[in-house]
Amino acid sequence: MSQGNSKSLLLRGYVVLVFIFVFTPIVTSFIFSVNSDRFPTIPLGHFTTHWYETIFADPDVWDAFRVSGIVSITVAILATFIGFCTAYTDYRYNFTGKALYLSLALLPPTIPLVIMGLAMLALLARINMSGEIYSIVVSHVVLCSPFAMAVIRMRLAQINPDLESAAWNLGASNWRAMREVIVPFCRPAIASAFCLTAAVSFDEFAVAWFVSGLNKTVPVIILEILQGNTDPQINAIGSIVFITSMTLVILAQLILMRKTINQTATGI
Amino acid sequence: MSDSSSSRPLVTFDGVSKRYGDVTAVHTMNLEIYEGEFLAIMGPSGCGKTTSLRMLAGLEDPSDGEIRLDGQRINEISSVERDTPMVWQSLALFPFLNVQKNVEFGLKMRQVPSEERQARARKWLERMEILELAERDISQLSGGQKQRVALARSLVTEPRILLLDEPLSALDANLVIRMQGVLSRLQKELGITFVYVTHSQSEAFAMSDRVVIMSQGRIEQLGSPKEIYRSPASRFVADFVGANNILSGTVAQVGGNLEIETALGMFQCDAGTKGAHHVGDSLDIVISADLVQISLDDPKTQNSLQCRFISEEFVGSIVTLFAELPDGSDFKIQTRQRDLAKMSLEEGDTFFVSWNATDTHLISSGRSSDA
Repeated sequence: MSQGNSKSLLLRGYVVLVFIFVFTPIVTSFIFSVNSDRFPTIPLGHFTTHWYETIFADPDVWDAFRVSGIVSITVAILATFIGFCTAYTDYRYNFTGKALYLSLALLPPTIPLVIMGLAMLALLARINMSGEIYSIVVSHVVLCSPFAMAVIRMRLAQINPDLESAAWNLGASNWRAMREVIVPFCRPAIASAFCLTAAVSFDEFAVAWFVSGLNKTVPVIILEILQGNTDPQINAIGSIVFITSMTLVILAQLILMRKTINQTATGI
Repeated sequence: MSDSSSSRPLVTFDGVSKRYGDVTAVHTMNLEIYEGEFLAIMGPSGCGKTTSLRMLAGLEDPSDGEIRLDGQRINEISSVERDTPMVWQSLALFPFLNVQKNVEFGLKMRQVPSEERQARARKWLERMEILELAERDISQLSGGQKQRVALARSLVTEPRILLLDEPLSALDANLVIRMQGVLSRLQKELGITFVYVTHSQSEAFAMSDRVVIMSQGRIEQLGSPKEIYRSPASRFVADFVGANNILSGTVAQVGGNLEIETALGMFQCDAGTKGAHHVGDSLDIVISADLVQISLDDPKTQNSLQCRFISEEFVGSIVTLFAELPDGSDFKIQTRQRDLAKMSLEEGDTFFVSWNATDTHLISSGRSSDA
């Protein structure tokens, strides 16, 4: 008993250490973003919102947020739609080459981002589509769809296959059954996939850097600021990006978890 | 309920087969289902009973043959257009809709206006005695309540036929008995056809007018529960249904009662009406466990055997005795608890079983003697 207790205490301690390891740099960055000193030194100066004010006084930053906003929302819509279609195809049909189809569909995130960015630039430049907002959208959809698919596929794996047949049996056409049964059943996963893909797109730097041209996204502008001068502006904008994407990811997780808890509790 | 012979068939399976690759799930099935009857299709798992039901619902396409509904070929008509609602083993209630919305679903798909939809759904909820649950989530219902919602959902379109695929298999024993009553009454009141797939003999026999016994994709027997219970048409049915003892033998003498020679001796059987028998024919003698008498002393009749007591299974007033015959095979006896109590048998005790020649049933198991 006591041995079990000390073991579990040890494991808890380990988990805490891992979290500290992961979050210290982010927390540090946040602390220096509201610190008055020009350089990150200890002891700290006084509290200030100066760096945030500087950031928001810069029209380039506003522009970057606008581009990132447009891109991530468009990407989330398209990637979630494509992900849903791919996941449904996998759930509903059996065909030769399905394994290949699935591995191709899940491939993009395994390609190193620099390679992906280069390849995208090479292709888009050749067909005269690089340097526009939609170039970033296209590239990010490729990158994000597999995440959406994975989330929605997990949800479809829990569906009782009789549900769709029951809808047909009660007079629903294929499309109607999709609208009345499959989509409502997958709704939490769809919402979660939307948040997740928006976060991935909002955060993504390498590919965006290659294809964005003059339409810089937030991560791209961060690099630019960093190259020009190193002051806590970087920490400020970094904190904003971090909070935005963490909110989206946590939201995605909560939406999914709430549904799962509901269902295990009631045993459906 | 209905007098089967006089009604016309509502559903006809005309030489229907279903193959999945090399596996044949249903072999050239011929079956007529009458208007207003309660038909049970029963058999062990994998016998093709559910496949047959799904073909009728339009969820599987027959590989061969024709299915007719009301005289019309329906092979090419999709499930969506068939109005053959089904109650699923998993119930398949929509978890994201409340009770009322679940029941309304079929009407909504048929473009019934919202007000009429609600009224008709409520009528069925009331009929199933669950009106007070209308606004509940499916996840808040008990097993029996879900069952009632599933029934209401299937019946709300007022179909002429209802298909039920082992709907009671997830319920506990008491609830099964109650729901059997509900289903039976409902079918009689509505006067529509119920096709009920089950592996449970008690469910099939308790509710249906006729029972189809299937094995390995073929119909083994079709008849009233009593016919199937008392006169199994094949060894499979005799084994599958009821508690039967089967002795294999050959005909030794005809004329009057048949004399049948078995490994355990000579037995007399009533030749009955079932065709002529010839000396040398192979037969199975079926002795129903509930038609066997037991005694401690040798009854000195020809149809008796000595056996050894193994164990008993007590289910209320009826007890099933398991005994061993001299050749090591099993013998089952069903008797009343108070008759057994008088004999006070212990494990290993010997006693006698006997039966009347008229209480036996014969199944031909082969052509004339190949011995």
